[in-house]
Amino acid sequence: MSGSNPTLWVNLDESEAHDSIGVTTFGLWLFALSDAILFGALFAAYAVLDHPYNAAGGPTASQIVHPLSAFWDTVIIFSAVAAYGFATVAMKTRNRVWCLAWMLLAAALGALFLSRASTSFAAMVSAGNSPERSGYLSIYFILVAVHAIHVLVGLLWMAVMMIQVALMEWSEKLVTRMLLLRLYWTLQASVWVCIFAFVVLRGAA
Amino acid sequence: MLVHLAGQWSPLLGRLSLSEIPYTSPIVLGAFGFACACGAILLATVTYYGKWGYLIREWITSLDHKKIGVMYIILGLVMMFRGFIDALMIRTQQVMAYGPHTPGHLEALHGYLPPFHFDQIYSSHGVIMILLAVTPLLAGLMNLIVPLQIGARDMAFPYLNAVSLWLAAAAASLVMISLFVGDFTHDGWIGLIPLTELPYSRDVGVDYWMWALQISGAGTTLTSLNIIATIVYRRAPGMTWFRLPIFTWTALSTSIIGLTAFPVLTVALGLLGADRYLGTHIFTAGLGGNLMLYTNLFWLWGHPEVYFVVLPAFGIVSEIIPTFAEKPLFGYITMVGATFAIAGISWLVWLHHFFTMGAAPNVNLLFGVATMLIGIPTGVKVFNWTLTLYRGRLRFDPPMLWAIGAVFLLLAGGLSGMMLAIPPINYTVHNSVFVIAHFHMMMLLIAYSIFGAITYWFPKVFGFTLDPVTGRRAFIFFSAGTILVFGAMFGLGFMGMTRRLDFPDNPSWFPLLTVEEIGIFCYCVATYYLFRMLWIGLRDHAQHRVGADAWETGRTLEWLTPSPVPFYNWAVTPQVHALDELTWRRARGLHRQEPRQYEDIHLPKNSLLPALIGALAFAFGFALVWRIWWLTGVTLIGMIVVVILRGFARDTEYVLPAAKVAEMEGRLESPGIVEDHISPEIAELEVLS
Repeated sequence: MSGSNPTLWVNLDESEAHDSIGVTTFGLWLFALSDAILFGALFAAYAVLDHPYNAAGGPTASQIVHPLSAFWDTVIIFSAVAAYGFATVAMKTRNRVWCLAWMLLAAALGALFLSRASTSFAAMVSAGNSPERSGYLSIYFILVAVHAIHVLVGLLWMAVMMIQVALMEWSEKLVTRMLLLRLYWTLQASVWVCIFAFVVLRGAA
Repeated sequence: MLVHLAGQWSPLLGRLSLSEIPYTSPIVLGAFGFACACGAILLATVTYYGKWGYLIREWITSLDHKKIGVMYIILGLVMMFRGFIDALMIRTQQVMAYGPHTPGHLEALHGYLPPFHFDQIYSSHGVIMILLAVTPLLAGLMNLIVPLQIGARDMAFPYLNAVSLWLAAAAASLVMISLFVGDFTHDGWIGLIPLTELPYSRDVGVDYWMWALQISGAGTTLTSLNIIATIVYRRAPGMTWFRLPIFTWTALSTSIIGLTAFPVLTVALGLLGADRYLGTHIFTAGLGGNLMLYTNLFWLWGHPEVYFVVLPAFGIVSEIIPTFAEKPLFGYITMVGATFAIAGISWLVWLHHFFTMGAAPNVNLLFGVATMLIGIPTGVKVFNWTLTLYRGRLRFDPPMLWAIGAVFLLLAGGLSGMMLAIPPINYTVHNSVFVIAHFHMMMLLIAYSIFGAITYWFPKVFGFTLDPVTGRRAFIFFSAGTILVFGAMFGLGFMGMTRRLDFPDNPSWFPLLTVEEIGIFCYCVATYYLFRMLWIGLRDHAQHRVGADAWETGRTLEWLTPSPVPFYNWAVTPQVHALDELTWRRARGLHRQEPRQYEDIHLPKNSLLPALIGALAFAFGFALVWRIWWLTGVTLIGMIVVVILRGFARDTEYVLPAAKVAEMEGRLESPGIVEDHISPEIAELEVLS
């Protein structure tokens, strides 16, 4: 224990009391954990329903997945992650123009990914393989769509950040949000890897 | 994509029409009248005393964790009262309809509730008690106490905290409005599949249940995230991990469960929603659906959820007993270990809710053994509490009575749980009221802890104690009710009475059903005394003022700051030296030593947006229930816009100057949380003006 006059009260240094980047990033990591469990449950449901019985006479995985096309999807989504990464590098040097340019590229790649996803959905539905067809197709559509919604949210967030980077001063808050979006953007790409591995590659095998 | 439903639908009102309001049912009409009267009295009182400004300025827009905690607790108590009324109706129906010769009233063949109405009542009883009473109550207590126990000024994310509260309120409002507009689910709180699918439940009841759970689940996930971040990042200097008070430890473990379990519920209900709205076949009985997938997913969340609500209760008991035994908690480290062991195992036992699914014997064996394993850390806890009591200087104030009652209930509930963990016994008593009696022991343990916690920490928050005489009477009648209702129910379970019966057709059950009815009247008396306790406490609050350490034997950090807690919690952040910091300071005569110099305090400004998000979430849920698509779109976009708007807010904090803190600390009475004009202006209104 301490001596005769222990310190009872401490005047916290401002920076120590308000480690806003640290605690907010930790908060997003916790969200990432929660979101990973959400996808975990969806993947579990997918694994259960990925059975010929649940195809109910409809197509099974090998008949609907296209590994090559999904490979290009993977390249696109990771290019989007890399582009956003370069935007944060530009942020380090306070280079507003390059930061915006890289974000625009990241958003464009994300939008390209979404348009490819919706094209493939439309093609499947027009071929009669809609989510109402069987339990298997239901979970396939939902799993891929929930990831696509994550990309969409990321795009919306990126649009907001582009406005903020263009209009606002660089501040701790702005940098925090940029870093949070980087984490989120990487998170959705990692989920896509799982879809690529467990749905596409495993389905094609 | 959207499922085409037969029946009336209009673009403006969706499925909603005047005929959906059950004004012909006298019971619903009575409930409606009662709720309207309560609401009207409340509104009239607020208007009469001119408190609208105060209410909006100091409460609805507040981001203060204590006010949010108090509002959570008020919400939980109101919902608990509603759930209790449901219980009273269930008990009365069963005792009135005990055999083939019993008369029927009000459209019922036996008793007074037709089956469809009875089914809605037991479903809403379960949903409300677990998710909208106990969960908000515990969330409120964690909100109130955790920052105080770790020496923090607020939660890590105060704004998010307010959002969680208003989401919970939105969910509770959805359940309440289902009483008067449409109906509630009749498929049990767990959603018995495939009964919840469209072909078997075409009405909006299941939708109400589903969206209420989704909204409250989102709120609980955010609360959990917030509490974890708070405990990890906002501890005072010197508050090392193994100096954390045990309630904070349980809050941490329970929040980890909340953060990781609720997404599974989101998935289970989301997939069910896809079936009901988009026509998919995830859980349908045909076309490749899998019924047991729903049950597995639901309980994969459901069992961790049980521990989500029970662990903070354990934490509360662990705080109350040392205070009133005037001894340190026995086996602190083992208590922490046991807490996390229970939290960990909670993920591995979900299948014991449906042993009769027909899984292979080795699967049932695995889950049976895993379930029994929980008995070990729980046993450690019971021994620790008992050994804390052993040779302590015991004082039987109401919080202590509730805590000891909780330990006894844990024994009864835990041992009957051990019986249920054995698959052969489980097959025999499956779906009987024995199971109901078992889990009500556990739920009542939580209720006892909550009543204990409210009486225990009430003086901390408001600065005066509640009336101990009526408090003891409430405890005695509540316990009499518990013994009569659930003692008899264990017996009825062995006599083969199954659960959810609107017509218990066997006359030989009548004596025990009568005992249960007597028990439920004891609960009514206890409820009266609980209200009276509150009333006397408020009336005589001037005589029952307490100092910082309200019970004079408090041990943990929260008893160091003045009662009622000032809105900034700590004038100066305390340095922590020991596990029981207050005991440590008291032993050295330092517990009354004030800080010598004050500092500027940074606090969040109030905000209207969280309550707005709550209102939009309610409208969003209501629109989805009635399939009013335009409203769904508008409210969804509205919520997104509000979230984005907050991102553009500039000044969300204000500074309380050191001189002001010194002045407030110099006052005889600390500025409590009910005082007016202590909060700053609301952030959004400042921008407007």
